[in-house]
Amino acid sequence: MERYLALSIGALFTAGFYCLLRRSTVRLALGIVLLGHATNLLLFTVNGLQRARPPLVPEGAEAPTPPFADPLPQAFILTAIVITFGLLALLLVLVHRTEQAVGTDDTQALRAELPDSER
Amino acid sequence: MNPVVLCTVARMMAPVLLLFSLVLTVRGHDSPGGGFVGGLLATAAFTLLLVAQPEELVRRRPRVDPTRLAITGLLVALGSGLPALFLGRPFLTGLWAQVPLPGGGALKLGTPQLFDAGVYLLVLGTAMAFILGLLHGEEEEAREREG
Amino acid sequence: MTPPLLLTLPLLVCLGSAALAHLCPRRAWPRRGVALAAMLALTAVGLLLLVEVRRQGVLAVQLGEWAAPFGITLVADLLSALLVLIAGVMGLTVVLYSAATLAPELEAGAYYALVLVLVGGVCGGFLTGDLFNLFVWFEVMLGASFVLLALEAKQEQFEATLKYMTLSLVGSAVLLTAVGMLYGVAGTLNMADLATRLPGLERPGLVSTVAVLFLVAFSLKAGAFPLFFWLPASYHTPPVAVTTLFSALLTKVGVYALVRTFTLLFTQDVGLTHTVLLVMGGLTMVTGVLGAVAQYDVRRLLSFHIISQIGYLLAGLGLLTQEALAALIAFLVHYIFAKSALFLVSGATARASGTYDLQQMGNLYRSHPLLAALFFVPALSLAGVPPFSGFFAKLALIRAALRAEHWLIAGTAAGVGLLTLFSMMKIWREAFWKGHPQDPAAKQEAPSSVNVGWGVLGPCAALALVMGVLGLGARPLLELADAAAGQLLEPTGYIQAVLRRPP
Repeated sequence: MERYLALSIGALFTAGFYCLLRRSTVRLALGIVLLGHATNLLLFTVNGLQRARPPLVPEGAEAPTPPFADPLPQAFILTAIVITFGLLALLLVLVHRTEQAVGTDDTQALRAELPDSER
Repeated sequence: MNPVVLCTVARMMAPVLLLFSLVLTVRGHDSPGGGFVGGLLATAAFTLLLVAQPEELVRRRPRVDPTRLAITGLLVALGSGLPALFLGRPFLTGLWAQVPLPGGGALKLGTPQLFDAGVYLLVLGTAMAFILGLLHGEEEEAREREG
Repeated sequence: MTPPLLLTLPLLVCLGSAALAHLCPRRAWPRRGVALAAMLALTAVGLLLLVEVRRQGVLAVQLGEWAAPFGITLVADLLSALLVLIAGVMGLTVVLYSAATLAPELEAGAYYALVLVLVGGVCGGFLTGDLFNLFVWFEVMLGASFVLLALEAKQEQFEATLKYMTLSLVGSAVLLTAVGMLYGVAGTLNMADLATRLPGLERPGLVSTVAVLFLVAFSLKAGAFPLFFWLPASYHTPPVAVTTLFSALLTKVGVYALVRTFTLLFTQDVGLTHTVLLVMGGLTMVTGVLGAVAQYDVRRLLSFHIISQIGYLLAGLGLLTQEALAALIAFLVHYIFAKSALFLVSGATARASGTYDLQQMGNLYRSHPLLAALFFVPALSLAGVPPFSGFFAKLALIRAALRAEHWLIAGTAAGVGLLTLFSMMKIWREAFWKGHPQDPAAKQEAPSSVNVGWGVLGPCAALALVMGVLGLGARPLLELADAAAGQLLEPTGYIQAVLRRPP
């Protein structure tokens, strides 16, 4: 199972960086999304896949009964997803505003607006 | 999609979803659930209403600014950690009290529940702010295209 | 005050007052008032924290009383406390300067709330005791900085923010990858716990790989060679107050994170990691200063100098001796003040002459002599001319390099210092000394009419004063830096404070 997950992580990273290298700002946002997914999947895989119970303490007991899943990577992934979501919303607003201002999502057009000295 | 069906279902489902979001929030301390999921579910309820009846959205702007709701939630969540600080214990330490009920049982009340309530408001406010912003933007664009 | 209160207050003050500022009516003055009060409070708390840490040693608190390797830990050693204090002072300066320079509608908007969130994120980064929370605080800080950068909604700002945001988010992805892999290798992310576990791990090669991933992520945030490209592409577009805040605090959290991880955690393979740091430091110094030489926009020129000075800090970390680390800390303190003062003065010169382009400026020495003096102090200090603060910091760093027999890095540091002086003299010559380009006769004329008020000059003067004090009274700062470096190299105090293990 790890092997397939590792392959998909690699594919996601590749696709993400490929999108980042394109000229369109929308693809840029897509690339960031893919990078975020790749990272989250990596967090999930690196910490070991196992069949286990949810880490919940049963009624009347003091500790969860083993084998239980490590809750920390799940907490990391949840937090990372929320953060990626928030920053992505910001990035989308920015892409949208830029596209409104320039009239295209081509990053080359953005550069052309600069004064001569900075080209 | 049939808007009549969607409208009817949305009107029936939204209160149920809201109630369920509160249940999730309250039970969340010891079982799966909590303020985050609760807030997301409440957002889903409101979004369902918005999608089902966009005209009413235009007529009745939300009376509560979602950003302010989110900030109130942040303040509530931060504030829930303060009582522990005043007792000289670390920030956010859970303080619990048993309130005896007339029926003989006891109600467990504590600062983590206040924290959950804050998170509920924060998530609801933030998500609604994004969604309303997007809807608002679409309306503006539609108007630009027409005018 | 008890340690729990003292360690939590910097974060509570910033985030709470950010919420308050946003709930205030949409006018400039109430929000400004909240921000000012918060920054004063943060400065006071930072000072108390520094005094307490100096008295009692490393302070730590577990939020919510969840025991150390699992819960959220806040911890302050001398370096963290010192940096929190500086964040407060710089926040205060920037808020005062913003009040005098920004457009009222900007102030009435989300500006102050964002500044407070940013400073809160920075303090969180300085105080956190585990790597995942470090990532979270980085994102808090970055989120606020993205919005601040694009707040005026000018097209050049959109472009700058796009570049900055993309590279920062890629950096964040690398950082999160590193964090996840480290958890997979070591099973913990609490830095004190990691410090005890990493040396005993079976797979040191994997640890080195993770170390290099952290190095890439943090040096992207710090703006080090070869990952600094976002910095000169974005720092010149926002209002000067925002640029000052960024230059004072943002890259410094990256440097702090490097210092923390590469003294506490990744010291097993010094031959690899710290050599890389040393080489990166040298190249960062040189590329930064050479980039600055070619620039004629004051803000771009100063942005390249940020990079160049980051190189000194990396070199100090790469040497990894107590002397070098002490010099690094003294240099960090001095350079935050000097750089910020220069940015603030560049804003004032732009007000006086109406442009940031050095070729269009001139004659400011005669028209604004006080401004010229206020430029002169931080410029000489940055270049490392005695008796200002920069001289002692740079001297200490070069001496540490010589003691460690790294002749090349010592020579580079000295050479780059000369080039920095040349670059500062270029600003002096172009902006202050030469006649005004449009009007050569103005050289002999009386001062021009543009008046720069005390609201603008006050913060510049305050920073210049700080630099004079740090220069003439360099000994207490150097002693403090030495003590902080001692704590970094001898982390048992840190580990015991966090894990509460008997010594």
